[in-house]
Amino acid sequence: MQALPSDLSDSPHAKRPRVWGWVLLAPMIAWLALFVIVPMGILFVYSFCSRDDLGRVVFEFTWDNYRRVFDPIYLAVLGRSVGYAALTTALCVMLGYPVAWFIARQREEVRNRLLLLVMIPFWTSFLIRTYAWITILKSEGLLNGFLLSAKVIPAPLEILYTPAAVVIGLVYAYLPFMILPIYGSAEKLDNALVDAAHDLGAGPVRAFSEVIVPLTWPGIAAGVLLVFVPAIGMFAITDLMGGAKVPMIGNVIQNQFFKARNWPFGAALGVVFTMMFIFAYALLQRRGARHSQS
Amino acid sequence: MIEIQDVTKRFGDFTAVNNVSLRVEAGEFITLLGPSGCGKTTLLRMLSGFETPDAGVIRIGGEDVTHLAPYRRNVNQVFQSYALFPHMTVRENIGFGLRMQKVASAEAARRIEEVVALVALQGFEDRKPTQLSGGQRQRVALARAIVPRPSVLLLDEPLSALDAKLRGQMQIELKRLQKHLGMTFVFVTHDQEEALTMSDRIAVFNRGRLEQLGTATEIYHQPQTAFVADFIGEANLLPAELISRGETTARVRIEGGLELTVSAAQWPADVTRALVSVRPEKVHVSKKPVECENVFEARVTEELFQGALDRLDLEFTGGTKLTAVVANESALLEAIHAGDRVWCGLHTDDLVVVRME
Repeated sequence: MQALPSDLSDSPHAKRPRVWGWVLLAPMIAWLALFVIVPMGILFVYSFCSRDDLGRVVFEFTWDNYRRVFDPIYLAVLGRSVGYAALTTALCVMLGYPVAWFIARQREEVRNRLLLLVMIPFWTSFLIRTYAWITILKSEGLLNGFLLSAKVIPAPLEILYTPAAVVIGLVYAYLPFMILPIYGSAEKLDNALVDAAHDLGAGPVRAFSEVIVPLTWPGIAAGVLLVFVPAIGMFAITDLMGGAKVPMIGNVIQNQFFKARNWPFGAALGVVFTMMFIFAYALLQRRGARHSQS
Repeated sequence: MIEIQDVTKRFGDFTAVNNVSLRVEAGEFITLLGPSGCGKTTLLRMLSGFETPDAGVIRIGGEDVTHLAPYRRNVNQVFQSYALFPHMTVRENIGFGLRMQKVASAEAARRIEEVVALVALQGFEDRKPTQLSGGQRQRVALARAIVPRPSVLLLDEPLSALDAKLRGQMQIELKRLQKHLGMTFVFVTHDQEEALTMSDRIAVFNRGRLEQLGTATEIYHQPQTAFVADFIGEANLLPAELISRGETTARVRIEGGLELTVSAAQWPADVTRALVSVRPEKVHVSKKPVECENVFEARVTEELFQGALDRLDLEFTGGTKLTAVVANESALLEAIHAGDRVWCGLHTDDLVVVRME
């Protein structure tokens, strides 16, 4: 299956799809150029500008915004954001991997039904689901009500509006984005390879670390990216479930644009932030290439 | 070396392996032969530990392994799909088992080098499986399975993905390798020719049951059931009824009215109806009357040229049909063609009697 790409390029019809490929891609390229590249460019330019007293962008070159990004206050926020996002990603891998693996090992009808269950939350608005979590976690909420009546705890737990609530919310929101790509890799993994590892004396742990993880690495990497990147910039969950007590970088940027009306500084934060992702992505890619090269 | 005792395995309502008992001696090349779904692969998977019997006991080297995990068994398998790790090189694939056994790296390197030479893969050590041909992958799978020195090597139709010519070569190579290593081989196949070529003994399976266990010659010349007679090679199976029984021979009437003389020892003592099995190559066909215990006149209904052999469909008075295979030279000499009337002879010793199912 890994020989497939080279097989395709060897075929005599390889030339035609290339031309058609560009034609078919054109609408998406136009879309991305207009709504991603151009805004990024604007952001980049703004990040070197300053603002007047009314919050309007003044086109006067300055490094001030970047200097402010590296102010300890913002670095602390950035560090916290990375920490929360990393914790969220780690929890998603730990919770999502077994689920993805389990689904991938089922018969096809069962597999499709379970995948549907994973995707069902997307049918409801994300905000509504976050409010549902608030009713579960608040001090007189469902969880505390249950634990109190079961006499597991003497007094209600304070979970809502703490960092724990933020992480719970983030893990809940992004878990499907971890499960689906890992499932994609796990489903393609030939069971005979796992059998072969056991047959050659690898116990469950060795078989997992030596064979299963390397061969599902593309799925893990994709899942990590799909969870970590949006989690670090998330502001709705931190606002609603963290009670704005634990601001993350997403909240800070949002505030610069909408409350403080300091677009140039918000833009500089955004640019630094994006650079960080590109760096992290390149790192992951390199790791992935080492694992799955054939 | 291997003792399989009253082993049964069910999948839901389906009984894959039905009360099978089998002993395999150390250093033996034994083949589990049968059509797909006959239980041979399930039995193999119970030897490797991927399936657990519902009933019965499996011992390997005297140790009860019935419920032992695959990674705790001193048994290795060559998988049908080879199951080479795509993210590892040939060397890493072969060394995997040694690494799991925590063999010291110098020792491991030496053993890998040795086995690479044994399967003639020198120069391919640093390739990935995708950069190898089917035959080379097959040899990597073999090397990977023998290098940890298992007490038993299990082979699950390892040659089925190769083309006919390569398959023939590998059959001979495998047999030679098995003798060289003195290792016990359990080989699974549905290809009767492969089984006859390589095995010390063959276990023929049908619908979860062990039909017959014996050497290639025994299985071929003395099939004990109609299934074995029909599955190994080709057989004309003629329903017959006992007329009289003498000291050394018995007289039977086959459907259509022809009477045959068979060896009395062949006919089971407790039945009056059974099947007479005769191999197509044991049917003697000639334009002149032949010297034989059983001689009949027949008409050739069809002639099929098959290169070295000529295949004749014969019809006797009364409508009994028989297939004969003759060497083509004689067909040329005597020029037997469709429509000809011929003499057909059957030696008593070539007639094998099997029970009706």
